[in-house]
Amino acid sequence: MNERPRPGPSGSVDVEGVSQGDLDVGTHRVVDADGSVVSPEAVPDLDDDWFRELYRWMVLQRTFDERATKLQRRGMLGTYASGQGQEASIIGSAFALVDEDWIFPYGREAGALLMHGLSMRDLLLYWRGVEDASRMEGANVFGFAISIGSHIPVATGKAWGQKLDDEDAVSFVNLGDGATSTGAFHEGINFAGVLGVPAVFFTQNNQYAISMPFEEQTAADTVAQKALAYGMDGIRVDGNDVLAVYNAVATARERALAGEPMLVEAVTYRRAAHTTSDDPTRYREDEEVEAWERRDPLERYRSFLEKRGLLEAVDEEAIREEVNELFDEAVAAADDYPERDPEELFEWLYADLPPELERQRDAFLDLLERRPELYEYIEHRPKG
Amino acid sequence: MKATIIEAINDALHEEMASDDRTVVFGEDVAESGGVFRATEGLLEEFGGDRVLDTPLSEIAIVGGAIGLAAHGYRPVAEIQFSGFLPPAFDQLVTNASRLRWRTRGEITAPMTVRTPYGAGVRALEHHSESLEASYGHLPGLKVAIPSTPADAKGMLTSAIRDPDPVLFMEPKHVYRSFREEVPEGEHTTPLGEAAVRREGSDVTVIAWGAMMHNTQEALADLPDVDAELIDLRSISPLDRETVVTSVKKTGRCVIVHEAAKSGGFAGELIATINDEALAYLEAPVRRVTGFDTPVPLLSMEDYYIPHPPRIEEAIVETVEY
Repeated sequence: MNERPRPGPSGSVDVEGVSQGDLDVGTHRVVDADGSVVSPEAVPDLDDDWFRELYRWMVLQRTFDERATKLQRRGMLGTYASGQGQEASIIGSAFALVDEDWIFPYGREAGALLMHGLSMRDLLLYWRGVEDASRMEGANVFGFAISIGSHIPVATGKAWGQKLDDEDAVSFVNLGDGATSTGAFHEGINFAGVLGVPAVFFTQNNQYAISMPFEEQTAADTVAQKALAYGMDGIRVDGNDVLAVYNAVATARERALAGEPMLVEAVTYRRAAHTTSDDPTRYREDEEVEAWERRDPLERYRSFLEKRGLLEAVDEEAIREEVNELFDEAVAAADDYPERDPEELFEWLYADLPPELERQRDAFLDLLERRPELYEYIEHRPKG
Repeated sequence: MKATIIEAINDALHEEMASDDRTVVFGEDVAESGGVFRATEGLLEEFGGDRVLDTPLSEIAIVGGAIGLAAHGYRPVAEIQFSGFLPPAFDQLVTNASRLRWRTRGEITAPMTVRTPYGAGVRALEHHSESLEASYGHLPGLKVAIPSTPADAKGMLTSAIRDPDPVLFMEPKHVYRSFREEVPEGEHTTPLGEAAVRREGSDVTVIAWGAMMHNTQEALADLPDVDAELIDLRSISPLDRETVVTSVKKTGRCVIVHEAAKSGGFAGELIATINDEALAYLEAPVRRVTGFDTPVPLLSMEDYYIPHPPRIEEAIVETVEY
């Protein structure tokens, strides 16, 4: 033990530093819960057709989630993560991107990926556990980050490349509130801030990471404020206001292209279960869910369209019919996808198949031929 | 009482929390919702929020926090929801947990348990199916235990929580609920570091662990003419060399089954051990039946990857007839 005494804290004078209360993070909003415009100057300058198109995409997102969840229940899809309740965040953000941008998805953004050029068949195949779908053919989509937050530093690297190549495109990262607790989040966005890369980190704060409410996920009041710690700017936006989300992401995208990566927090709500494997009644009250149902992003946007005189030209029935048809066609196409070939298991791990893996493959194919009873253990389809 | 593996784990947690009030359970979704597999169901209600906690989504914080809490004299039982999400915390296992005692010459220790479901077969998304026991078993200072039965799940988890050193407790989630068997009520411990001979035999030694024990038993049921000795390894680290070597000396033949990829898998360590101590007794090369040297495929191909009974049978017959 130290034999020389010291006073400890007894003689000190209090010091004031920076504190939580110093920061007032406003929330950008264009349309109020009842559909009235809060700030007319903030309404995006878009042609009427675009306003209607935005609505179509929101209906598509909701329909896709509803039908995919039903498919899963019938054993025709694996575990599925719905974006129900987050349509404004998902669709409003993607609407502000261009095809050259890269999306780093986190799972719930079906409509965003379809808008970005992914085929609905491939999206269904992904949730059926078919690796080929992760090629994300025809769309600049990096592949789902199932390990939460793992994609964030990778997106920083991708954006670094975009910057080095002087591209007119950004890396757009979808993440949830849970991901903001991972080391990968902090390390990835810090690096982005240091590099000044064209990356937009879009946090859909849907209030839950499985059962963990946002208030317990972090002691910070907002996600947006975390940007400041990394020398970056942040925007907090009403995530159930599709026009506000569109503005926020478009702004962040422009800033990012100018060398200022940004963190955007869209405040929304996950109305569905975490995934089809989850039972949210175990950890949250019905009243809470119902309160957010009353803040439905589609209803709100429909009210906006109505007040603006745009709703009459929207044939709701026709939209639903069209997106349901698209879904039916996608299911049929996914059903027609060829049965998996065991050889595929060994492909794509390396550019060239190493001799040992080749040997394992040949031995396995030989065994399948000699012992066809092995097929009794092979089930390709998901379970309900 | 009759219990499944998951019920036995839940029972062990209840018992240990009741018997030692310095036992603390935490992880993602373990408290309010009782864990995604329900392993921690009822703990929050019984022991309260100071001892049963939902954590933020950070494996690094969970494992690192467990190390610090253990160093402070608590008995943390941390859950990592799926072992596929453990890699970020590999750093904490390597850098701190496994060498704290060694680094401080015994002054500071980390008697913590990290529970994590592992293995394929539940048709989940990517990163929900891996078996990386050999990677963790490669860390000197970390114990790695894998039960295959409900009674062992309870007994070994109890021992892990009481163990003076850090234990990674890997739970074969594919068989979490597949069957019930008798599990001792009340206090029940099963020593770590000891393999179990599940069946005695003289033709061939078959070694497996976790969910693969069940595929292996199924394979052996299809081979009534083979008098196999079946070893449930149970502990990757420390390794029970004696049980393995004694059996192989007796049978002269050995087949090892694991779900993890072949190259660098734990079968390699077992074969090296057999070469060290029983080479002269071998009448056939030691065979291994393993996953392939690939990631575990997504659900539509998952079954091709898993060593199903016909593959195991093939290896056993070849070894016996060699």
